[in-house]
Amino acid sequence: MKNGRDARTTLMNHAELAENFIKDGERTTWHDETLWFVRKKRDLAAFQLPEWEALREAASQIKHNGLSNMHDYLVAFEEKATANGIKIHWAMDALEHNQIVHSILKENSIAEIIKSKSMLTEECHLNEYLIEHGVDVVDTDLGERIVQLREEKPSHIVLPAIHLKKEDVGETFHKYLGTEKGNKDPQYLTEAARQHLREKFVSRKAALTGVNFAVAETGEFVVCTNEGNADMGAHLADVHIACMGFEKIIPERKHLGVFLRLLARSATGQPITTYSSHFKKPRPGQQMHIVIVDNGRSQQLGREDFRNSLKCIRCGACMNTCPVYRRSGGHSYHSAVAGPIGSILAPNLDMRKNADLPFASTLCGSCSNVCPVKIDIHEQLYKWRQVLVKEGHVPFGKKVAMQAMTFTLSHPGVFKTAGKVGRSMMGLAPFTVSNGLNPWYKQREMPAPPKESFREWFSKNRNGQ
Amino acid sequence: MNVALFIPCYVDQFYPQVAIATLELLEKYGCDVHFPKNQTCCGQPMANSGFEHLTHGCNELFVENFTGFDYIVCPSGSCTLHIKEHLGDPAITRKCYELTEFLTDVLVVDDLKVKFPYKVGLHQSCHGQRGLKLAQMSELNAPPFSKVERLLNQVEGLELVNLDRKDECCGFGGTFCVAEEALSVRMGQDRLQDHLKNGTQVLTAADMSCLMHMEGIIRREKLPIKVMHLAEILNGSTVEELAV
Repeated sequence: MKNGRDARTTLMNHAELAENFIKDGERTTWHDETLWFVRKKRDLAAFQLPEWEALREAASQIKHNGLSNMHDYLVAFEEKATANGIKIHWAMDALEHNQIVHSILKENSIAEIIKSKSMLTEECHLNEYLIEHGVDVVDTDLGERIVQLREEKPSHIVLPAIHLKKEDVGETFHKYLGTEKGNKDPQYLTEAARQHLREKFVSRKAALTGVNFAVAETGEFVVCTNEGNADMGAHLADVHIACMGFEKIIPERKHLGVFLRLLARSATGQPITTYSSHFKKPRPGQQMHIVIVDNGRSQQLGREDFRNSLKCIRCGACMNTCPVYRRSGGHSYHSAVAGPIGSILAPNLDMRKNADLPFASTLCGSCSNVCPVKIDIHEQLYKWRQVLVKEGHVPFGKKVAMQAMTFTLSHPGVFKTAGKVGRSMMGLAPFTVSNGLNPWYKQREMPAPPKESFREWFSKNRNGQ
Repeated sequence: MNVALFIPCYVDQFYPQVAIATLELLEKYGCDVHFPKNQTCCGQPMANSGFEHLTHGCNELFVENFTGFDYIVCPSGSCTLHIKEHLGDPAITRKCYELTEFLTDVLVVDDLKVKFPYKVGLHQSCHGQRGLKLAQMSELNAPPFSKVERLLNQVEGLELVNLDRKDECCGFGGTFCVAEEALSVRMGQDRLQDHLKNGTQVLTAADMSCLMHMEGIIRREKLPIKVMHLAEILNGSTVEELAV
């Protein structure tokens, strides 16, 4: 892997990966503006609905109900889906999920599959697992296919190749699909991808899809795509495997009227995804499987402060609005789900590896405001910081610096003296003590030191107090 | 009314003129202003770094210093928000106001009688805006309002600059500014480009921390923008030398 998870092996944290990304200033500007454009499209679409804020509240409450009664809804879903002829599988963790998918393929003697977008399978590293076990996997979402050919990870949950320019795609397709060298025309490249994928759609016997919503009331599930690749795959394949985290459950079919209106508007500014496909039962002769995955979700459900993160419908709006994400790129989050939502999900999966992520934010709060299910993302980032420090996942130097600062700030006498010394030496300010080398000064001037502090001025100029 | 000045630690040490402007402004509107001398810091730098459990000393000190006043006023949205959300002492926090909201909501200032004939770019600090709701947030489908603009619109000659992104974060973010130095600076540079492109002569905000960060970049890159805290403009301060 050139990017993404591989970065972990070199143990680069978000700050370092972001610094690398920013070195290409022009590309950073382009990345920022591209995603800001998506944010603006979202605003336009959202503000056309006078009931927008009420919709968000309704969605949040429906998900709240879902999370609070998860057991009952999952049992109901299994019952209905089974009655509809779907085979339900339960996976406790990523490995079990991968094993289940592989066993279904083995039973059917299938060694080549196609796959539409599923962030869950990214989370579980399914592709790597299947390839290791001799199964060929082709991602059919255009963006995912591009990053798959480049041996990269998606950098965005909705726009997997958003870190790439059309020139990059042209080069990739030239190398892997034999397109003309230097041709970066989007229509030409898309046509090449269509021809390349068409052959896979027609020939492969198994299709794997994600799940956007699973309806407890009916046992059906809904998959949303813009390219129709999930449908094309599922309709042509003998075996359809749909993988879902258990939080995808919604109580009733009518609730789709809330979520489908929110999802695409939040994600890309479209009124609705081009395809919102309902799957209820296998067609005659077809097998349909649903793998329901826990992989840490029960644990997150049990963490009261972080439970709400499971409301996420994976629209990516928090990434598009995040001033950090737009300038650091998705790979800087070294996790399947990047951006603000990824930063509150990832520590649940591995605190040590992802301890840097909740700090990769200014806590500006824009993410929580765009979230269609009203997850208090920036508040959870703050709360994760408290947990990570208490669990010992913070560098020793930072701990010492914080203790020193606490001592200074808790003792007015020390503060006054430190302030005086600090002003003249340019050393003390709460925002610089974390590092003796003072990274503030690398690209910024320190404030010009005044001759006296306000408290000194006050005692001279407001006598008697 | 008895008003206690709550001056952020870095303002006390680095920007006394902002505290003086706040003091004079409040006095102008008839407040009896006190400065509890043993105040240090609200504790936010530790808390935002994950060390909220170390802030008890700061919290106790805050309560000790600020008990017994009608109001507590602070020229910083960020520090005010931190106290309101984390001090855990409603008797104190319900009296705690950020300067702008104190002027618009408590003193109901509607005729400032000051001049400031410049193009002013307003930086909406995130904690003031999204935290204290000093202005409507661009993400929400809700009617616009801005307490800061309500005050700036009373200033004679002042022209508010229209920005491309009216409430994007500047990248200060407390310890983020050093922990994620490259990103922090890049965010600040982008904010400043927006102001330069749209003709800002003087950059202002209700939070000095954002301004300190952006001023650091302005001075390093020698950009033609002056930086003044909102309190200075509202108090009738003048621009010493405008580098245009």
